[in-house]
Amino acid sequence: MTLLSTRGLSKHFDGLKAVTGVDFDLEEGEVRALIGPNGAGKTTLVGMICGRIPPSSGTVQFDNADITALPAHKRILRGMAYTFQITSVFARLPAAENVALAARRRLQGDAVDEAVDDALDRVGLLDRRDEEAGNLSYGHQRLLEIAMGLVQRPRLLILDEPTQGLADSEIDAFKALIRELSAEATILLIEHNMSVVMETADRVTVLNFGEVLAEGTPQQIHENDAVQAAYLGTG
Amino acid sequence: MSATAKTLTLHLGLLAVLFALQFVLPAYHHGNLARIMVLASYAVGYNILFGYTGLLSLGHALFFAAGMYGMGLTIQYAGFTPAPALIVGILAGAVVATALALLALRTTGVAFLIVTLMFAQAGYLTILYFGEYTRGDEGFVIQAFDRMLWGIDLSNPENRYFAAWGLFAVCLLLCLRLVRAPFGKTLVAIRENEERVRMLGYNTFAHKWGAMVISGTISAAAGAFYGLLFGYAGATFASVQYSIFPLLWVLLGGAGTVLGPFVGTLFMFYLIDLSSGVTTAYLLIVGVALVLLTLFAPQGLTGELRRRVWRWLP
Repeated sequence: MTLLSTRGLSKHFDGLKAVTGVDFDLEEGEVRALIGPNGAGKTTLVGMICGRIPPSSGTVQFDNADITALPAHKRILRGMAYTFQITSVFARLPAAENVALAARRRLQGDAVDEAVDDALDRVGLLDRRDEEAGNLSYGHQRLLEIAMGLVQRPRLLILDEPTQGLADSEIDAFKALIRELSAEATILLIEHNMSVVMETADRVTVLNFGEVLAEGTPQQIHENDAVQAAYLGTG
Repeated sequence: MSATAKTLTLHLGLLAVLFALQFVLPAYHHGNLARIMVLASYAVGYNILFGYTGLLSLGHALFFAAGMYGMGLTIQYAGFTPAPALIVGILAGAVVATALALLALRTTGVAFLIVTLMFAQAGYLTILYFGEYTRGDEGFVIQAFDRMLWGIDLSNPENRYFAAWGLFAVCLLLCLRLVRAPFGKTLVAIRENEERVRMLGYNTFAHKWGAMVISGTISAAAGAFYGLLFGYAGATFASVQYSIFPLLWVLLGGAGTVLGPFVGTLFMFYLIDLSSGVTTAYLLIVGVALVLLTLFAPQGLTGELRRRVWRWLP
């Protein structure tokens, strides 16, 4: 079943065409990577999907309903979760409260604490639950972002460059986490790290200059000449 | 002792001390403290919007005055008794806050400050414009015989202290309850990072609106009680000065702390009181004290206390 689809989705900032006419379909249960050179329009596309950025034209469908006109918070309530590219935790609040804020959208009372501890445990931060988020290391803040996403039990989890700035050992743990999460949620992953893309994604979509350049399995994308050219230049 | 138990002990303890003080304080300080408790209630209301939600308003005098005139005018011209007049005052503040929030919350930051300031000035000028009824700057006195609440004479100092204490207790406990509830925690999160809160699925506009209505309503309650307890309503209370006061009290006492507004109001009141006894240039002393506090306790007195000693302070 198709969970998310966009038709003719475009965003123009004055003269700049950030995203142009993107038709994008995401099947329920898959892990999809969205890749492309810097400035390809990945974050803008995802911003239109989750409602942070209003599109210039085109439509977004989620779970068989047109959500193009819905504000961001209502899309989140329908089962999307979005983690920010630039770490955006509540720095002056404890780690547990960060996750609790996300959990309280669907839970109340003691169930919140349970869900919070469970989510922190899954990303390996349970022993830091009372620490102020701003005091956590960068890698731990990234993991906290992911805990805030998964505690929402989303149907669609959108991760915007989750491994940016992580150490290699942390990236390995992250890959394992994605594989585990893929059993419960559809995942849309904006990612630069090719090893993460190759090892976790079922399918890959490549954006270039705001348009879909190619789509396929990681292997197909790896062998695609146009993608090679876009990333590496010809030669 | 758990954080909750400590919190309750501290706040209920303060209320108990304030209650007991009325039996031992000399008349002068007795009267001062009654006034401070009413003004601190105003600051508690202001703190909900400024300290907890992170919205800097310079228009709260509009809510304070709405409460004061809503109460005063109905007693003066409609022959209301104090109880319904107080309710009219509080409702007037709630209505004004509801409407102003709809307009002002379209802006943030400096623009929000300016919009609230402009509306408050418009309110102040409106009071002057209708001077025939409001008596403008001169104001009007609410006579002692109009200040009988359920047979209790509020012009009597003991009764006045008790009423001020009751108002402050309600406001303080309401604020404590609010900031410990999910709604209050969401307000704090909005203060820290509104966009993130929105992307967690919260309607941040509705939350800010709610915060402003609660804040304005508490401010109006303080204004209504102030007018009733001290028997006077005047346009000065709608001037920009009375928008700046709660900001100062809250900043000094500690923005985003439940006790901060009271501590700040108490501190500022007695700072002016004591320094004006020493010199006619008392504002100089007040100014220096404020500069020192800003330098060495930028989070306010209660905020510093929380940072250094009592981490659990709400």
